Amino acid sequence: MELGPILSSLRRNKVGATLIALQIALTLAVLCNALFIVEQQTALSRAPTGIADESNTFLISNQWIGGTADLAARVQTDLASLRALPQAVDVTVSPGQPLGGRGMGMNVTLHPGKKRSGALTTVFPVDDHALNALGLRLISGRNFRPEEILTAHGFGDNYSSWGSMIVTRELARKLDPGGNVLGRTASLGRITAIIIGVVDQLAPGRVAANSATAENSILVPLLWADSNIFYLVRAKPGQVAAAMVAARDGLYKISRQRTIVSTQTFADARLDFYRGARGVALLMSIICAILLGVTAFGIIGLTSYWVSQRRRQIGIRRALGATAGSILRYFQMENLLIAGAGCVLGILLGLAANLWILQRIASARLPLAYLIAGTIIVLLLGQIAVLWPALRAAAVPPAIAARSS
Amino acid sequence: MFGYYFNLALRSLQRNIVLTALMIAAIGIGIGASMTMLTIFRAASGDPIPQKSAQLFVPQIDNFDPESKIAQSDDLLPVIVTYLDATEWMRSHIAVRQAAMYPITVSINPPDPARNPIQVDARATSGDFFPMFDVPFKFGGPWSRAEDASHASVVVLTRALNDLLFGGANSVGRNLTVGDKTYRVMGVLDEWQPTPRFYDLGRGSYSGQDQLFLPFTRAIDEQMPTVAGLNCEQRTGPGTGWDGLLHSNCVWIRFWVELPTARDAANYQTFLHNYAAEQQQRGRFHWPPRVALRNVTQWLSYNHVVPTAVETLTSVSFALLLVCILNAIGLMLAKFMASTGVISVRRALGASRPAIFAQFMVEAGVIGLVGGLVGLGLTQLGLMSCRAVLQKDLSVLMQLHSNDVLVALAVSLAATLLAALYPTWRALQVQPASQLKTQ
Repeated sequence: MELGPILSSLRRNKVGATLIALQIALTLAVLCNALFIVEQQTALSRAPTGIADESNTFLISNQWIGGTADLAARVQTDLASLRALPQAVDVTVSPGQPLGGRGMGMNVTLHPGKKRSGALTTVFPVDDHALNALGLRLISGRNFRPEEILTAHGFGDNYSSWGSMIVTRELARKLDPGGNVLGRTASLGRITAIIIGVVDQLAPGRVAANSATAENSILVPLLWADSNIFYLVRAKPGQVAAAMVAARDGLYKISRQRTIVSTQTFADARLDFYRGARGVALLMSIICAILLGVTAFGIIGLTSYWVSQRRRQIGIRRALGATAGSILRYFQMENLLIAGAGCVLGILLGLAANLWILQRIASARLPLAYLIAGTIIVLLLGQIAVLWPALRAAAVPPAIAARSS
Repeated sequence: MFGYYFNLALRSLQRNIVLTALMIAAIGIGIGASMTMLTIFRAASGDPIPQKSAQLFVPQIDNFDPESKIAQSDDLLPVIVTYLDATEWMRSHIAVRQAAMYPITVSINPPDPARNPIQVDARATSGDFFPMFDVPFKFGGPWSRAEDASHASVVVLTRALNDLLFGGANSVGRNLTVGDKTYRVMGVLDEWQPTPRFYDLGRGSYSGQDQLFLPFTRAIDEQMPTVAGLNCEQRTGPGTGWDGLLHSNCVWIRFWVELPTARDAANYQTFLHNYAAEQQQRGRFHWPPRVALRNVTQWLSYNHVVPTAVETLTSVSFALLLVCILNAIGLMLAKFMASTGVISVRRALGASRPAIFAQFMVEAGVIGLVGGLVGLGLTQLGLMSCRAVLQKDLSVLMQLHSNDVLVALAVSLAATLLAALYPTWRALQVQPASQLKTQ
């Protein structure tokens, strides 16, 4: 394939070619960043919580009406009745709500004297049924024993020690680089607790893709006797709907001095919690699809115009012996050259856009793979878009050279 | 003359219907996408209380340690304060008005005994909250500072809750069972939903609405816990349970002050600084005073109220608009250059260059207007789909205003005319009768 004639004809159509190259460049710059954001947001909305079976585990949001004196006993009665449900596997109680944004944040450290040590963590007060109810995987150590569970009346209890606590694997790694935390005493301000177990994962829900604290959680042995609590119930597979109804009716039968605001599976809570992230991914994909469409139609429009302008020259070339195939390849090659130039500019623009995003939010650097994927998509798009006008050009009969003038 | 050019434009556009459709589609899509995102952006970034946004301030104090990472704001100052600080600040009267507040949920027994208790989102706050934020009342009014001081059992309801509980009647003076206690209705609000809900930028800051308000002091007596976040570094001070929380260094209360003049603000800044210095002297803080005072506008940007996703989507949609304009330039170039024959005939028949210029500008204008109309249709479609997929939070705000229609048409027209400049200039270069020779 001779490049010479293509280049010299492009020189005559500088503006048109530049317009297409610019469109390609912008499209590529947006596309590779958008693909990256879509990937990040999608990964975000699928980030595991550590809850084993989200669609069969649900939470009941309960608010007590009236005095707070006998709440511990009332909670124990509720728990016993919920655990007795034939549809339930296990039940725990907590003021924290994974995938709900409600929780208590504290700094935990193994070296209380040292400044800047430790990590910010989400604290989940639970009882000894939490691991089973949420299906958390214990990777070392042990679960709480029933006698270790303390009663807490809200966040203000002035315990100097919670006795024991269970941390996530990620937090263990942050507390001690070797992850060697079992049996060690951790401090949360003035409160201490001995780490007795490590669970694989418990993430309350992420607000950003790269949140450094998302995987830092601890379970502490506190039976939460306060006015607003969540019962976290794991139902037997396939019985979640029945369990939700039975749990609600059962609780109201025990006492009507309460309001049950919502019963919701964690699968639904996840949809709500990450609605924004999924929305952004979807909108970004739609805008990208439109962008690709607009660019493709731009290429089709301009190339068609060139073809119609050059009908005579094409006819002459055909008359001089060029095959239909070589005319087709001519336009494909021409598009490849323009799109290639656009891609070089587009990669630079894309990197600049990434830097701009990096400056505004703590996002990650654009991986090379997205630039490569974007370039391939854009080049392919150019080739597909140019096909129809190029085929029309190839179909120009040689006789047209002899017809006019 | 304009009528004639308009006629010519319509003929010309009809002649190459595919190119015309492509151009209109390109402009329409560009306008549609950028107007959609702009509407969302504006909704997310609007000033919720324009008449007072420079007079309302949030005081902040470094309650933890400059070294600690507990507060996750940009300058590591907590955005909420302890009960200790809130009550101390309430005691000072440097600010014209001031309010401490935190979100709660309450159970209400409707007056109609046949109905089940309901739970509503509520707010424990000070009586100053209402005049400070210019909250409109339908019936009655706010409770007084005396009632704050006496821990009175009074409530203010929103109109929606009043409709639900009392069928929209004037309920001022009537009793309401909240939890297991009886409260007296002081006032009923008129429609009021500042967006974003600047006074509490927690989760749901665009859609969350407090249905009921009751005195902060009463809520503390009733030991109503906050339903938002609570951050603690360590527990200090005596007491257990609720009392322990009140004496702890856990932050959970939002605090607002009204400072009408710059001097008031400066005075308050000094007060805050002195307060922090005093706490340091008393040994509560082991670090030099670190305080801040931010007004509504500063507060919104400090809290990154506009979701970064919305910012990114808006810039992407403008990139799309740019691609659409480039596209339109290319297509117009093709279209105008295809009519060189017509131009040269008109030029040969005596049309001046300005006349040709006017003709092509009218043609571009027609494309711009039709493209703008298509764009408005697409904007409606876009907003509808965004309402379906984005946070419920934002969707309440996504309304196209009447002057948006004018903006969209103006932008579309300007973009198309701009895009038409180069192709028109090229068309002007066509020599009279140059094309006549070959035909």
